[in-house]
Amino acid sequence: MAEFRLPENSRITAGKTFRAEKRDGNLKEFHVYRFDPDDGKNPRIDIYEIDLNDCGPMVLDALLKIKNEIDSTVTLRRSCREGICGSCSMNIDGTNTLACIKAIDEINGPVKVYPLPHMPVIKDLIPDLTHFYAQYTSVEPWMKTDSAPPDRERLQSIEDREELDGLYECILCACCSTSCPSYWWNSDRYLGPAVLLQAYRWIADSRDEATGERLDALEDPFKLYRCHTIMNCTNTCPKGLNPAKAITEIKKLLYTRGQ
Amino acid sequence: MNYRTPLARARGLGSAGEGAHHWRIQRISAIALLPLSLWFALSLGSLDSLDFDVVTAWLSKPWVPALLSLFFATAYYHAMLGLQVVIEDYVHGELVRNTLLIGVKLLAALMAVSTIISILRVAL
Repeated sequence: MAEFRLPENSRITAGKTFRAEKRDGNLKEFHVYRFDPDDGKNPRIDIYEIDLNDCGPMVLDALLKIKNEIDSTVTLRRSCREGICGSCSMNIDGTNTLACIKAIDEINGPVKVYPLPHMPVIKDLIPDLTHFYAQYTSVEPWMKTDSAPPDRERLQSIEDREELDGLYECILCACCSTSCPSYWWNSDRYLGPAVLLQAYRWIADSRDEATGERLDALEDPFKLYRCHTIMNCTNTCPKGLNPAKAITEIKKLLYTRGQ
Repeated sequence: MNYRTPLARARGLGSAGEGAHHWRIQRISAIALLPLSLWFALSLGSLDSLDFDVVTAWLSKPWVPALLSLFFATAYYHAMLGLQVVIEDYVHGELVRNTLLIGVKLLAALMAVSTIISILRVAL
C-alpha cells in the first residue's frame, strides 16, 4: 500500500535554536530541515534567527548567510543564484521552488525550509535525484533522425520553433515531479511531470524523426497515465511552465494515433 | 545489494504499449453518462410516484429498458475503469493488487448482467 506516514527513522524532531546576538535588527526565523546520515539520529528542525537588514533579499541569501556566519554544517546545493541552473530547488514555505528566486519578504512568519518532498535525503537539503536523472535519460532527450544529415544546420520555421516555447525553458530542478502525489506513490514507474515535459519537448520538435517511437515508449499505464491532472506541477513550477499541459498534449497525440 | 544501474531501474520492463485505450474509453463513458444520468434522474422525478404499478408502466415503454440498461452498463463500466486506477495508484503488493484488479472487473460484470436481467424481467 501507499504509505501515508513517514517511516520511523524519517520523523522529524526539534533541533537547536540559534538566536541573533543583536536583538534590535529586523529579525526573521528560518526553520531548516537537518539530517545527518552519519549520526544515526532522526532528522530535526534547527531554528536560525537572521537580521534581514544585513542579508540579501532571497531565501538562498539567508541560507548562505547561515552557512557562512552561523552554522557551516548546513548542507545545500546551489550554483547560479539566478534561477537558471535548478540546483537550489527545495520546499520553502510549503511550496517547491528555487531558493535563489524566492523572496524572503513574500513569506509571513518563520521561513520553513525542507528538502524536496518524498525523495531520499542524502544530507540536510540535498535529495538523491539519481532515479529522476535516470528517468530523464530513459526518454532519450536528444534529436533522433534517420534522414541523411544536411550540409548545414537543420532548418526550422519560426512557427515550428514556437512549438518549443514553454518547454525548452525547463531546467530540470525537479520541483514539479516532487510536488506530484502520483509521483510520490509510484515514482518507481511513473516518469513524472518534469521528465514527461522533456519527453514532449522532443516529440514537439519539428526536426526530430522519432515521434512514433517516442510515443510507443510512453504509452504505458504507469510511465505516462499515472498523471491524473492534479496540476501541482503547474502550480509549483518556479519557471512558470505548464508540465500538465505538455502531458495532456502527449495524451492527445496518443488519442489521435489510436483513432 | 542491487547492482542494477539507475538507468536499468528507470527503464524497468519497458512500455506496456497500452493505456491510451483505457484513457479514451474512460472519457467516452464519462461523456455518455452525462445525458444518460440526466435522463434517469429526470425520468424518475417526473413519475407520479415510485409505486410498483407506476414504475412497471414506465418500464413497459420500449425505449425505457433500453436506455436504462445502457445507463447501468455504462455506469458499472466507468466505475470499474475508475476503481482500476485507484487500485493501481495505491495498492503496491503484486498479489493483492492483481486480485483486486480482477475482482473489480468480475464484480462490475456481475453487477451489470444482473441489473440488466432484472430490468428486462420487469419490463418484458
